[in-house]
Amino acid sequence: MIIGQIKDGIVLDHITAGKSIEIYEILGLGKLDCTVAMIQNADSAKMGKKDIIKVGKVIDLDFTVLGYIDPGITVNVIRDGKLFKREHLTLPEKVTGIIRCRNPRCVSSCEQELVQEFRLTDPEKKIYRCVYCDSEAPSIINK
Amino acid sequence: MRDLIDIMELSAEEIDGLIKTALDIIANPGKYAESCKRKKLATLFFEPSTRTRLSFEAAMLELGGSVIGFSDAACSSASKGESVADTARVIECYADIIAMRHPKEGAPLVAARNVDIPVINAGDGGHNHPTQTLADLLTIYREKGRVDNLTIGLCGDLKFGRTVHSLISAMSRYTGVKFVLISPEELRVPRYIVTDVLEARGIEYEETSDLDAALPKLDVLYMTRVQKERFFNEQDYLRLKDSYILTAEKMKTAPEKMIVMHPLPRVNEISVAVDEDPRACYFKQVRNGKYMRMALILKLLEVKI
Repeated sequence: MIIGQIKDGIVLDHITAGKSIEIYEILGLGKLDCTVAMIQNADSAKMGKKDIIKVGKVIDLDFTVLGYIDPGITVNVIRDGKLFKREHLTLPEKVTGIIRCRNPRCVSSCEQELVQEFRLTDPEKKIYRCVYCDSEAPSIINK
Repeated sequence: MRDLIDIMELSAEEIDGLIKTALDIIANPGKYAESCKRKKLATLFFEPSTRTRLSFEAAMLELGGSVIGFSDAACSSASKGESVADTARVIECYADIIAMRHPKEGAPLVAARNVDIPVINAGDGGHNHPTQTLADLLTIYREKGRVDNLTIGLCGDLKFGRTVHSLISAMSRYTGVKFVLISPEELRVPRYIVTDVLEARGIEYEETSDLDAALPKLDVLYMTRVQKERFFNEQDYLRLKDSYILTAEKMKTAPEKMIVMHPLPRVNEISVAVDEDPRACYFKQVRNGKYMRMALILKLLEVKI
């Protein structure tokens, strides 16, 4: 299968195999007016299998969201057909507005317009806790 | 200006400083009698409380300050649907410091993030109760002469017992502290306390459901009430409420110098007969709570004596 190189755009590499559809949806890539290619189960020396997403346009990405969902992703920014910048994502220290606290006793379940906020408490086990009630966040995709 | 939402926001040195201030207040009450003159404490109690609210009020009055507030959510604009953030912003216009109790976990943090005056968490749901921990620490210090190198048994509702969570976190910073966690299976301490506090810091602990077996090895026995208000299902409450009852008979097997603590109110988990035992310290805890709240108010209002 041949998917051409992009001139200006973004390549999300080293996506955990099978996660590209979720990332495509969460990042709202379906709403873009440019070429978007999604490659699933590509061979990877490092990972065995991986997914790749190519976006034919340089867009603003929420690295916090991306890092939370799949911290192993590499973000390559391509300009004039060349690698302009490469970012290796890490788990963000703080995640806001992405996940909801499931504790019915938490103030975030009822306080008007309160932004959901979680902090990374255990990087090794990828555990996030609600800043308000300390409840553990629902498991993340690549946990 | 700082707040006190979680006991872990205070360093061990700061807690030692508060204990030192509290001991000075006990020794020289006159020195502090007007230290908060013209300062107002707002007690915002969205959930019933006698002890904690009156303790805060007594503390502020003994510092020469005054008190405003409410003791029931029905008497506040929360009953009209006002948010915690808005309530706090309004109260900030009237008071110099807020003490808040709320059934929703994290509500005092929401208040603190929305005002510039200090906010003290006076209990948020089953989550934290840092000023009770301050009372507990002063009690342990006064009764045992130290807060390190102790074996502490925590008994009863360790799942929803917010005083237990705060006490474990605070005590785990002192050397040589061991915990015996005594509870029914359903009311065990939350896993995050075990993983993030006890195991993360290499603290020695054991979980058991057997109070009788644990008693002889304890320096401190901290009893807690199974709290009806924390259960969604009354059947579960009824099944678990009498899991542990400390009686005068049981106290015969406890070490001579062990102290018995309880954040109160008790229902029937400590027999009234135990009150006469010199090892019973729960009413001393109440008094110590007032002194530590006085010390905390002075610290947060940055009052220099």
